[in-house]
Amino acid sequence: MAVTAVAGAEARPIPRPRRLEDERWLALALLMPTAILLGLFIAYPFFEGVLLSLTSQRVGVPGEFVGLKNFVKIWNDSIFRTTVWNTFWYTGVTTVFKLALGLWLAMLLNRHFKGKALVRAFILLPFIIPTVLSTFAWKWMFDPTFSVINWTLYQLGFITQRINWLGDPDLAMTSIIIVNIWRGVPFFAISLLAGLQTISPELNEAAAIDGARPWNRFWYVTWPLLLPVTMVVMLFSVIQTFADFQLVYVMTGGGPANATHLFATYAYQLGIGTGLLSEGAAISLAMFPFLFIIVVVQLLYIRRVETR
Amino acid sequence: MIEGALWRKWVFYNIPLILFVFVLLFPFYWMIITTFRPDGELYKPWNATSYQPFWTNNPTLEHIKYLFEETSFARWMFNTMFIALASTLISLFCGVLAGYALARLNFPWAGSLGTVIFVTYLVPQTLLFIPLAQIIRNFELGDTPWSLILTYPTFLIPFCTWLMMGYFKAIPKELEECARIDGASRWKAMIYIIIPVAVPGILSSGIIAFTLSWNEFIYALVFLSSPDQKTVPVGVTSELIRGDVFFWGPLMAGALLGSIPVAIVYSFFVEHYVSGLTGSVKG
Repeated sequence: MAVTAVAGAEARPIPRPRRLEDERWLALALLMPTAILLGLFIAYPFFEGVLLSLTSQRVGVPGEFVGLKNFVKIWNDSIFRTTVWNTFWYTGVTTVFKLALGLWLAMLLNRHFKGKALVRAFILLPFIIPTVLSTFAWKWMFDPTFSVINWTLYQLGFITQRINWLGDPDLAMTSIIIVNIWRGVPFFAISLLAGLQTISPELNEAAAIDGARPWNRFWYVTWPLLLPVTMVVMLFSVIQTFADFQLVYVMTGGGPANATHLFATYAYQLGIGTGLLSEGAAISLAMFPFLFIIVVVQLLYIRRVETR
Repeated sequence: MIEGALWRKWVFYNIPLILFVFVLLFPFYWMIITTFRPDGELYKPWNATSYQPFWTNNPTLEHIKYLFEETSFARWMFNTMFIALASTLISLFCGVLAGYALARLNFPWAGSLGTVIFVTYLVPQTLLFIPLAQIIRNFELGDTPWSLILTYPTFLIPFCTWLMMGYFKAIPKELEECARIDGASRWKAMIYIIIPVAVPGILSSGIIAFTLSWNEFIYALVFLSSPDQKTVPVGVTSELIRGDVFFWGPLMAGALLGSIPVAIVYSFFVEHYVSGLTGSVKG
């Protein structure tokens, strides 16, 4: 009797409300909109991008299959090599400074004082305000002729001649790095502050009673407990910085003389600016292996830290 | 805490904190002061004797006037607002449903799908903008707000899903089971019991998604071309710089006014924003 009833239920189409009772059908229905959008605008363009990078397509010229020729070409391109070096330098230097300054700021905020909520709210502003808009403020501050930074340094007696912040290749890179650190420190500080607040103050007090000096308390108590949060914050920051576009686009546009390009800005210059679509796509895709390695290494490391 | 002498408190805490706040906020002060400073004062060389950079005695609204009369700034503000709101709503809809499914339903590959979402969360826009521009053109969405409303969710949905998963996981299973015993269907238990409890999470994701779409630049730069379709960041970049000439007054006015909606939304929901931000990091 029971067997026939089940067989009968399978034969008839299940009415929709009943189908949604089944967790697998419900999950499928709930995930469908996400799957469609991500498939259409991430998976499909990724696939198209790989195909595009293997052709010789330009704006108005359909092009043909050329294999890995674009990748060989960019590999022998000295601007591309500078770009790779710049990207690693930019990511490395800014991450170290953002972590150090962010941690310092987080520790300054991790105590009770008047107006703490207000300070915390204001500190996040560089992270909230659209990057392009705040970067314009920096570009104006770095202006060769009207720089307020030069004015201040001059009035304080540090310089007698103007500093051409964005005109010199090394200084331009430094300026960009400064702006990136400025923008990233709040994110590090607020996230690490949240991490710090989960650490019981009793641990530090116990260590203090046992005679640990402040530095040792930080290094042996606070830092290991903060490590999981730190790693995730670093993962986000490193990827965002590695793939950065807007900051460099506004500050220097990759100049002077292509000295400050990152992957994204160089890909934009070739792909959209010059119309060499497939070469631009190849440069963008050249980011992928690096990003992939960064993500895998950091995820493995996070897992190790968390299971320890 | 063990408190030291007062001077130590100042040297080790207060002065560094004041310096941090000063450096972090100075560019915004500079934006404001430039907005209201007349051109005659703006373009004085940095070493001119009468140069008074930090204050102006002749505040002016000419830059803001220029912005509204000579450019389509009001239009850009409207476009950005519309695009940000629409893409945020789409992303919240998708993200809440997907987050619920991944956090609270048992089905094959739930774990690996969660990882896929996390990995797409890490895909930067700059990786795909060239092929995506072609796809947008093939779909005939180029130069319309829909090119952005449909593509912004690609980085907002993974974020919302990830954040919502955290919130849904924190809600005890018993809550839903009670409703089910009382006769609610799976679907109704989700809509009437679980989602209302997760409202703080939805608010957090929504606010962060809104600021992220307001901030987005490269897609807007590549997909939009006519001045009337542009968003604030792109419009300011392309219409207020003519060749090598920067219109610094209107530029800073545009940057200031373009930041205000985000700042207002943020100021109303600081706590939600911070809890969303730190929630996304804790994962």
